[in-house]
Amino acid sequence: MTEPEIVGQGLRRSFGTTLAVDGVDLSVARGEIYGFLGPNGAGKSTVTRMLCTLLSPSGGQASVAGYDVETDADKVRLRIGVALQEAGLDPKQTGLEMLRLQGRFYGLSKADTERRLIDLRELIDIGAALEDRVATYSGGMKRRLDLALALVHNPRVLFLDEPTTGLDPTSRVRVWEEVRRLNTDLGMTVFLTTQYLEEADELADRVGIIDHGRIVAEGTPEELKRSIGTDLVIAVVDGDAEIARDALLPLPGVERVDVNGSEVTVAVSNGPESISPVAIALSEVGGGLRVRQLSLRTPTLDDVFLSVTGARLADREVDAGVAQTAEEAS
Amino acid sequence: MTTRTDATRRDPHAGDVVARHAGFANDLVSVAIRALRQIPREPEAIVPALIIPVFFFVVNVGALSGVAQATGVTDFKAFQLPVAIIFAVTGVSRASALVSDINDGYFDRLLLTPMSRPALLLGLMVADFTLVVALSVPVLILGAVVGVSFSTGFLGILAFLLLAGLWGLAFTGFPYAIALKTGNPAAVNSSFLLFFPFAFLTTSFLPQAALTGWLSTVATYNPVTYVLAALRSLLTDGWAVTPLLQGLAAILAVAAVSHMLAFLALRGRVSRG
Repeated sequence: MTEPEIVGQGLRRSFGTTLAVDGVDLSVARGEIYGFLGPNGAGKSTVTRMLCTLLSPSGGQASVAGYDVETDADKVRLRIGVALQEAGLDPKQTGLEMLRLQGRFYGLSKADTERRLIDLRELIDIGAALEDRVATYSGGMKRRLDLALALVHNPRVLFLDEPTTGLDPTSRVRVWEEVRRLNTDLGMTVFLTTQYLEEADELADRVGIIDHGRIVAEGTPEELKRSIGTDLVIAVVDGDAEIARDALLPLPGVERVDVNGSEVTVAVSNGPESISPVAIALSEVGGGLRVRQLSLRTPTLDDVFLSVTGARLADREVDAGVAQTAEEAS
Repeated sequence: MTTRTDATRRDPHAGDVVARHAGFANDLVSVAIRALRQIPREPEAIVPALIIPVFFFVVNVGALSGVAQATGVTDFKAFQLPVAIIFAVTGVSRASALVSDINDGYFDRLLLTPMSRPALLLGLMVADFTLVVALSVPVLILGAVVGVSFSTGFLGILAFLLLAGLWGLAFTGFPYAIALKTGNPAAVNSSFLLFFPFAFLTTSFLPQAALTGWLSTVATYNPVTYVLAALRSLLTDGWAVTPLLQGLAAILAVAAVSHMLAFLALRGRVSRG
């Protein structure tokens, strides 16, 4: 059996008194796309920065491409490509100058760098603008250049930290296609952090969900979704949704009930069979509870996130945004 | 996961490429080339360094020639030319660009590569040395136009440029230390304040014998006094060993302090703690 390409064991990282990453264990196989899903502030970027050798772990250990990120950081750097959340570009250089310089830093000969430029031009796909200064690029062009810079030296492992944040839907799909192609064509291992559920669902062979610095669920997207039930009945109610829980749990076929604000999520083994009994039970609960909306669907990763954290991912994003605004204001 | 090897694959050259350490010298050259390429793209950073020395040279010569003659200076233009050079080269550095790299995330991109960490700073200093020597040339041309000549000939001109470049290089450690320690553009801009005591509490207007009281004492301990003396000796005294050695020693002393601060700040910046 081949060694895992990325290993984290009890990874911890604190900043002052704040514990940002609290004992993360993970293992990513060679050639796998691993989606690291979580809201802002969950610890995704901190884990990525430790694996990429930019940050030292406060505890635990990690290896990438067979080398320890602490003791063999240089060997790790030769084998990884990284596109961080904030595209680290130099606005005063042209795209072409940046790519050639990147080749120099990885010891590539001029001929090798030029050959790689031929490969990467199609990915960057900005035509003659590659010879313009980066300051003139749009957000999508910058993202694509950033990805190309991470690939110049043909890394074994590619780290992508929220690669599609801020991109329009078309550019997002193009990045997804490219990531999939790199993985399929070159066997590149990809560690992808994202706050977009559909991105993790679309791309990842396996997903790790991180919340408050800990991995709270891990598996293939299908495994994770199956773990919370075959189907979900979603009820949006007026009144105290908590009182519905006791009425629904005893129903046949009901596996779990999650309440998030006015939304009641009922995991059931057979949706079409259970939706009527659920509707009847909710109408008979009393206590002023009134069903506003009832729907049946298959689980999403957001439902998984809700079941393991008690909140929807979007709600956590709002919380993180409010906390950040309060922090900035203080 | 399988790896496709057919002809439709879009990275036909990826397999040929193997990343390796480029080596310290290559990293140094790469950083310096990038820095030098940026300089003409930021004319706003160079223009003041061209105008300020010319301005002070013209004003000082115009205003103080008579006073200086009374203190025994026979050729005040030759006396002032080294001052103009010091004004041209002191504090010229890529520290502001370094702060932009830190804040734009480009510095992190460099840290993700296997490049030599000292080359990150030394490469910028190589570019600085090149720039300050280049900035000295127009001032020298101005001197030649107004009749200042070198008693040491062409080699003296080269020695003059070398000393000016080394002084500029020695001083760059201060703004780099501030840039790397703070990552703050305002703090780097304020490092220009260091220029004033170095450039004015010395023999920039009159010879040391004409200075009195505390200013004379401060000038004795100001390394710029010895750098100016060395530069002036090349213009008027021929190959005088003592002022040249004293000037070089003063430059080395400042470089030892400022570069130690800069490399300590670099160590802190690249540490992953």
